[in-house]
Amino acid sequence: MTKLQSLPAAKTTEPGKAPRRRESPGNLAFSRSARVKGLVKHAILIVVGLVMIYPLLWMVVSSLRPNDLIFREPGLWLNSLDMTNYTDGWSALTHPFGHYMINSAIVVLGSIVGNLVSCSMAAYAFARLQFTGKKLFFGIMLLTIMLPFHVVIVPQYILFSQIGWVNTFWPLIVPKLLATDAFFVFLMVQFIRGIPKELDEAARIDGAGHPRIFLRVILPLMVPALATTTIFTFIWTWNDFFGALIYLTDPDMFTVPVALRAFVDSQSATSWGSLFAMSIVSLFPVFLVFLFGQRFLIKGIATTGIK
Amino acid sequence: MSAIGELSTMTRRKGPMTKEEKKANGRDNKAAYIFLLPWLVGLVAITVGPMLMSLYLSFTDYNLLQPPEWVGLDNFVRMFGDARLHNSLRVTFTYVLVGVPLQLAVALLIALVLDKGLRGLPFYRSIFYLPSLLGGSVAVAILWKQIFGTTGLVNQVLAMVGIEGPGWISDPSTALGSIILLHVWTFGAPMIIFLAGLRQIPNMYYEAAEVDGATTLQRFWRITLPLLSPIIFFNLVLQIIGSFPSFTQAFIVSGGNGGPSDSTMFFTLYLYQKGFGQFDMGYASAMAWVLLVIIGVFTAINFIASKYWVFYDD
Repeated sequence: MTKLQSLPAAKTTEPGKAPRRRESPGNLAFSRSARVKGLVKHAILIVVGLVMIYPLLWMVVSSLRPNDLIFREPGLWLNSLDMTNYTDGWSALTHPFGHYMINSAIVVLGSIVGNLVSCSMAAYAFARLQFTGKKLFFGIMLLTIMLPFHVVIVPQYILFSQIGWVNTFWPLIVPKLLATDAFFVFLMVQFIRGIPKELDEAARIDGAGHPRIFLRVILPLMVPALATTTIFTFIWTWNDFFGALIYLTDPDMFTVPVALRAFVDSQSATSWGSLFAMSIVSLFPVFLVFLFGQRFLIKGIATTGIK
Repeated sequence: MSAIGELSTMTRRKGPMTKEEKKANGRDNKAAYIFLLPWLVGLVAITVGPMLMSLYLSFTDYNLLQPPEWVGLDNFVRMFGDARLHNSLRVTFTYVLVGVPLQLAVALLIALVLDKGLRGLPFYRSIFYLPSLLGGSVAVAILWKQIFGTTGLVNQVLAMVGIEGPGWISDPSTALGSIILLHVWTFGAPMIIFLAGLRQIPNMYYEAAEVDGATTLQRFWRITLPLLSPIIFFNLVLQIIGSFPSFTQAFIVSGGNGGPSDSTMFFTLYLYQKGFGQFDMGYASAMAWVLLVIIGVFTAINFIASKYWVFYDD
């Protein structure tokens, strides 16, 4: 129970406090007032939660309805399951939708591996090693977290187009291999700082060098941070639109977000249902990751925000 | 400690190292630079290099086909006469200055209601957090486009109570509002940071206030708000930095053109049109630097202003 709830309640109890043995009316008032407050809170939360989630639920339901109902039926009742939106949407573009999902999966996988390897290495150096320029580099690293992607996009595009990487996945994956998602470096530095230094020392006395200490001592202990990184990278990369919009113009190479965008652009007024259906399909992996990984997500947000 | 806290303490503590310290520090240099190698290459090739390159390009006329031609301050002078650019700045400022405080207020409010041991907290938290993960996706932008359309969900619901709603996203006066609402919808992430912050406030303060007979409102103003102010500051800085470059939602909802009548023409959208629509790369680079300076100035103002309202307990 929160303190906010208990203060007025405590006031009412005070007169009844002295004769403690008796079932005082004060105690009754205490629990009743607390319960009312609790109910009010739950009511607020349920209403806000419903308003927030309703559009998503409605989208799911609408994708299972005949097309025209999308513009007429705000409710969630479903008379029958109609899968035609899904079968239509799946094959509405140049390639079956699975093609774009595989493309997205490749980019996501490459980005995850890239972030895990490069960010953990940088984080080890920042958290455990002493070297010249450490403070300066660490400061720069923190600043790059806040750098908007748009500031570098033009030259980056020129660079990658000159190497011939436009319409390949490399411009989306290679930056991750080079630890440019500094957010994760910071997250891992924070985590490594929490691992007792005695463990490193012990390994060093046993004759282990830095690569060994990193691989055998630190990495196994920072699995939660690695999990958080994996999950965030998955969701951010899966959702990434801007990078894909710029680098992937060939429908063969489309990832899910740009494929959806092409779908929006090409659709006639009658295909909202299949557009909804493919949107649901595209959100499904994120939803799954959310379902099984939220522990790490919530921890990740809280630990980078607060000690 | 947060990235922002870390940065501010780094600027505060600035003592020169002694010679012995430097010597001792040199010990791991080789290993350290090997571990840092990917990051260093990325810093040079992907971040700082392109940044400097875009600074150079901002003083040139460049269309990808001919080599860049030095034009001095031309691009920046052009900006002064570019009414669409001024409009895009206005749209972006409105989005940030209305959307961010609104989102944080909702996040704080819900966090306060959720705080400490309410039954079903994990469930509520998940529900409120989910939109934060989905909000940046094209799929949700598509959903928004339908919901706030002329025959969309919002108007269907309004019709049930006899109100005929406007076409929210096709009306220039409400289109930006719909996108701001989408931003507010993703209040879950700052809410979680608030929740973690609220949990750090020692109970003894509230107990002491209770003894003194403070009201709920007094305790909020005198205890919760001051002790939470570093977290509010952190969220504010983070959200402002994150909101200025918003792109996807406006792009999808407006069909890529920032319409109707440029009412959702975000700065980044205009930058994209200039750079990748018209291949006016010099102008786009100049715009990118303007964006960076704006974000830098806002963050600096935030830090300066924080001295007057952020309370550090240590």
